[in-house]
Amino acid sequence: MTESVTTQSVVQEITNNLKNKPGALLPILHGIQDALGYIPAESVPEIAKSLSLSRAEVHGVISFYHYFRETPPGKNTVHLCRAESCQSMGGKKLEDYVKNKLGIDFHETTADGKFSLEPVYCLGNCACSPAMQIGKEIYGRVSAESFDETIKELGEIA
Amino acid sequence: MSIKIYVPSDSSSVSLGADKVAASIISEAKKRGIAIELIRNGSWGLYWLEPLVEVSTAQGRVGYGPVKPSDVTSLFDADFINGGTHALSLGLTQEIDYLKKQQRLTFARIGKTDPISLKDYVDNDGYRGLANALSLSQAEIVKAVTDSGLRGRGGAAFPTGIKWNTVLNTPSEQKYIICNADEGDSGTFSDRMVMEGDPFVLIEGMTIAGLAVGATQGYIYLRVEYPHAFEALNAAIDSAYKEDYLGENIKGSNKAFHLEVRLGAGAYVCGEETSLMESLEGKRGLVRFKPPLPAIKGLFGQPTVVNNVISLASVPIILDKGGEHYRDFGLGRSRGTLPIQLAGNIKHAGLIELAFGITLREILYDFGGGSATGRPIRAVQVGGPLGSYMPESQFDTPLDYEAFAAIWAVLGHGGIVVFDDTVDMAEMAKYSLEFCAIESCGKCTPCRIGSTRGYEVMDDIINGRDLDKNIPLLRDLCDTLLNGSLCALGGMTPYPVLSALNHFPEDFGINEKAGA
Repeated sequence: MTESVTTQSVVQEITNNLKNKPGALLPILHGIQDALGYIPAESVPEIAKSLSLSRAEVHGVISFYHYFRETPPGKNTVHLCRAESCQSMGGKKLEDYVKNKLGIDFHETTADGKFSLEPVYCLGNCACSPAMQIGKEIYGRVSAESFDETIKELGEIA
Repeated sequence: MSIKIYVPSDSSSVSLGADKVAASIISEAKKRGIAIELIRNGSWGLYWLEPLVEVSTAQGRVGYGPVKPSDVTSLFDADFINGGTHALSLGLTQEIDYLKKQQRLTFARIGKTDPISLKDYVDNDGYRGLANALSLSQAEIVKAVTDSGLRGRGGAAFPTGIKWNTVLNTPSEQKYIICNADEGDSGTFSDRMVMEGDPFVLIEGMTIAGLAVGATQGYIYLRVEYPHAFEALNAAIDSAYKEDYLGENIKGSNKAFHLEVRLGAGAYVCGEETSLMESLEGKRGLVRFKPPLPAIKGLFGQPTVVNNVISLASVPIILDKGGEHYRDFGLGRSRGTLPIQLAGNIKHAGLIELAFGITLREILYDFGGGSATGRPIRAVQVGGPLGSYMPESQFDTPLDYEAFAAIWAVLGHGGIVVFDDTVDMAEMAKYSLEFCAIESCGKCTPCRIGSTRGYEVMDDIINGRDLDKNIPLLRDLCDTLLNGSLCALGGMTPYPVLSALNHFPEDFGINEKAGA
């Protein structure tokens, strides 16, 4: 089975399961991104058709929300908090360190495909700033050292 | 009987290693042949002590913290399972000053119970509010909430009872209850703690709201950044359905209420109620014009209650103990309690639920113990990224909606972010405008264009270019945002920007006189 056939069947299944929910578009987009890591451009016509929307409307929703992405992410996506509480605890310095360490800016992926870096505006972990999230894991009081340790572990298993 | 040991499942505790500590305790107990029951409770909100491990003893629960996995062996050696003394001993948790001085109503169970155990919830006064509500008329439920003086805890502080009354009196086949769980403000985490630490209290509050106004469907619009809350809520909703606390026939009353969690997708503006409803309908989160009010024409055009997590989670105790009981806390027009979230550069960060009226200074120093870095506290931002920066001269302001409004500050959702004297307030003002530009929905011009233009002007100011021209320009721009924006995002971004400029003009390269 080719990759695009797999994508198509995943998109079809998710769309069929969820399309009758009121306001189904966001749940469908979440379903696809959870399954594939991103929302491929070729899934847009399928989603549009099943919800009786135009392709432009679907694309408009995908592009409105920061969380939805249209390109494949790295194996691990680092969501680094940029908000005020993290800034008060050295978040900017950490941000510079992380970008330098990974050699990428926000919204980019490392050349080896292991890490993507995304900004996030608050993880609700403000009592333990600075904070980041990788996958579903949340990390508190992140320092340059603890960041190194974390990505070393993830880099090895990624 | 096996020994009960508590390790929080709260995501902040987990972010500090609570899962690893729990695993170490289980394996060490097994190795030593000691029978334990490990319970993953909510967090008490004493975050500088997390992971905070507790053991149940005859005297009460004894705490140890902050515990690292490497401390577990020595804890067992010190006989902590019987409350033995260890370097990390905290004594009885309930006797810890920070906790003892609080007035916990909404947070009464959080820390104490297993969040996703319905039995724990019911055994600890849960669902008593719903039982009362089922015996009351719709108008009586709304009256109890109105009498309590509860105002929306999301930030806007609109009286909850009045909102409910409008929905009750708007006839429609279908009405909705929406819980706004898009807690995007930096420095706030009380919603998250409720959803992770006591999800049933939110479910109960929403069910009561549904009964009160005649809505049979509820949605919790949860931000995607809260995966732990998503899991806890769904687990609790499943149990509630199984035990008929949700569904077609709630506890044999012939009344229905259904509940579903929907995830946002990283848009801050979706915390604005009309944008949130657009998002729930599957659209771009563009802010709607008001009127019509959501209470009259809301989700899918139907009458809709939109309340914040803390507002809804405060409803069960109001229905359990009566509106008067809740109203007796607080002062002036700010009734009841506020779960204050103390965060940022502070020694003792955490959750402090207290009646309105305590001063900022008491929170910062008596509870918070000063800055984490040990340097002087220079500024605090209260009320999230759209709240004013407050200088030391304002620290004696009591936490009260009107007292804050009087000095052009915002109490909002009760989040306090602390900065020490290394903060550059011009950079913070620039960041506020950048944030507004990134998160603007784009519908209204002042917010969409003004934020980017403001960011550029701040860049010039920081680089010392043409201050005589650019400072008035920044003020003029803020005036446009303040008065011309469609919602609070553009409308309140001037609060952090102008408060930084007014209270800390030296950071903008001007002396106080020029800034006035």
